[in-house]
Amino acid sequence: MPCAQTQQTMDDILARHRTLEGPLLPILHSVQAEFGFIPEDVVQIIADALNITRAEVHGVITFYHDFRSAPAGRHVVKICRAEACQAVGGTAISERAFEKLGIGWHGTTANGAVTLEPVYCLGLCACGPAAMVDGKVVGRVDATKLDKLLAVVQTGAGA
Amino acid sequence: MKIYVPLDSAAKALGADEVADAIATEAARRGMDVEIIRNGTRGMIWLEPLVEVETPQGRVGYGPVEADDVPLLLDGKLASLGLVEQLDWMKGQTRLTFQRCGVIDPLSLQDYEAHGGLVGLRRAIGMPAADIVEEVTTSGLRGRGGAGFPTGIKWNTVLGADGPQKYIVCNADEGDSGTFADRMIMEGDPFTLIEGMVIAGLAVEATKGYVYLRSEYPDAIEIMEKAVVLARAAGVLGPDVLGCGRAFDMEIRVGAGAYVCGEETSLLNSLEGKRGVVRAKPPLPALEGFLGRPTVVNNVISLATVPVILEKGAQHYADFGLGRSKGTIPIQIAGNVRHGGLYETAFGMPLGVLVDIVAGGTLSGRPVKAVQVGGPLGAYMPREKFDTPFGYEEFDGQGGLIGHAGLVVFDDTADMRDMARFAMEFCAVESCGKCTPCRIGAVRGVETIDRIGQGDTDAIALLEDLCETMKDGSLCALGGFTPYPVLSALHGFPHDFDVKTEAAE
Repeated sequence: MPCAQTQQTMDDILARHRTLEGPLLPILHSVQAEFGFIPEDVVQIIADALNITRAEVHGVITFYHDFRSAPAGRHVVKICRAEACQAVGGTAISERAFEKLGIGWHGTTANGAVTLEPVYCLGLCACGPAAMVDGKVVGRVDATKLDKLLAVVQTGAGA
Repeated sequence: MKIYVPLDSAAKALGADEVADAIATEAARRGMDVEIIRNGTRGMIWLEPLVEVETPQGRVGYGPVEADDVPLLLDGKLASLGLVEQLDWMKGQTRLTFQRCGVIDPLSLQDYEAHGGLVGLRRAIGMPAADIVEEVTTSGLRGRGGAGFPTGIKWNTVLGADGPQKYIVCNADEGDSGTFADRMIMEGDPFTLIEGMVIAGLAVEATKGYVYLRSEYPDAIEIMEKAVVLARAAGVLGPDVLGCGRAFDMEIRVGAGAYVCGEETSLLNSLEGKRGVVRAKPPLPALEGFLGRPTVVNNVISLATVPVILEKGAQHYADFGLGRSKGTIPIQIAGNVRHGGLYETAFGMPLGVLVDIVAGGTLSGRPVKAVQVGGPLGAYMPREKFDTPFGYEEFDGQGGLIGHAGLVVFDDTADMRDMARFAMEFCAVESCGKCTPCRIGAVRGVETIDRIGQGDTDAIALLEDLCETMKDGSLCALGGFTPYPVLSALHGFPHDFDVKTEAAE
């Protein structure tokens, strides 16, 4: 059973999306914005509200890369893996990030500071390698720039 | 004093916000009267942040500018690039779709109208629906998302379809590496897309539109959402479009990180709130699209080109181009290049001219090895194919595709077997899982390429066979086109597939 607080939050989110055609993705984005991930106990609430099965909601959540089943670290660093960034040394940047953070793709550092994720194209293909730190875009990432970015997020000094 | 500092993501990624802040702070400290306008980008990404200062002669450019350069800039002592419109990159282009991008304040409807905006829509309002469709058909506009299907013919099917509600859906899930034209126009001239969608609505008698915009573009989402609100307040959107008595309204919807949702049927499922699984065609989305109703699904650039076609006339547009590729194409030059960015030109420019002259060769200064044209599903073109003119049929004839018109340039350090393996790996990660050739084929593809790398030459025939199965047996372009990069790498660069010998020799 979800707690009263969760139920209240969900009621608000569902009310906001009641008139939309095809409301499930907007609802899930709102849930993630609110909780930081999609908590297990909201799945039934959404299913009931949209008159679909719990399995269908689960199926949608797990299909998309964006939706998390557990909270991310305090900062999320995304590094582009796509071809245009590879052409200017993107792979070496990813590998340096693995080494510096001691984690791989989708990993979170032990202190909970940083989650590292791959992204396939931020549309910054003429100024790669590209990265995104907590929603902020960064272009022409080289070793020095990466080290600086990671130092800021690792110490939790805020992005 | 008017100073322009781009708000485009690429400019921001290179420090434009910091430059804008520094200009505001320094101007205030000096008591100077400076108006900072955040424009879109001109598309010269190697010059970003490109700051422009308005003068009686025109806009003078400076770039790339760093925050530390601001005092010199305000002293008038920073070295300038000269008038921006007179730079070779700008003069060489035919800007129709992107005519206002980088010029205007993206969120000023007044600025938009002062530069030709809404002329096309006003003309469309005075025309019967079938005539608008005819105009788009005559222009020769073809789907700029990659498939190249004639836009007017698609619209005509929707116009002739019956339904309680019809929709215009804009595919803004620009996931192809090396492409950013959609992002650039949405950030730099969002009203163009809105105007194009309203015209489409009038043409096919649809009253509701959606832009399915990828979550990887937070800045574009923010600008499009603001632009929709402004357009609604000005009566461009709503129950009575510019007082014509007909309705059209639209919403921005955000994707959730699935590449396959750029495929139109998968996008429609996603928009309906389902898994982004591909649908078998027929039925065509034009007849049974969003919620089973008649739907136009067009790429951002296709829709954003409609206003200029209505503004200047179909013939004006059709007079540019080559063969059946009419009009202009915004080419996105990316990867390892000296001059990367967006270059809009008539169809027909040879690939080699784009790479060697417009882009100025590689950033690393090393020889160009290959150019991937059309995103992750496009072929790797070796130098021997650089005389191919930029056009749909011309690239098809060379075993490639133009896709969304992105070029990714690689120098001679690129390992084409690694690139082929990456194409298969990407397909495996992003496959929606509906059809076997894509879901299983991509995984087997990675394994087969690894076997080739270990010296198993028999696996080459196996890879060819697997690619044929994926090409012929997949439901959509993800599984169906992954063989393009793989086979073009294998055939164009066979030595990269030999067993790696130690560098010591």
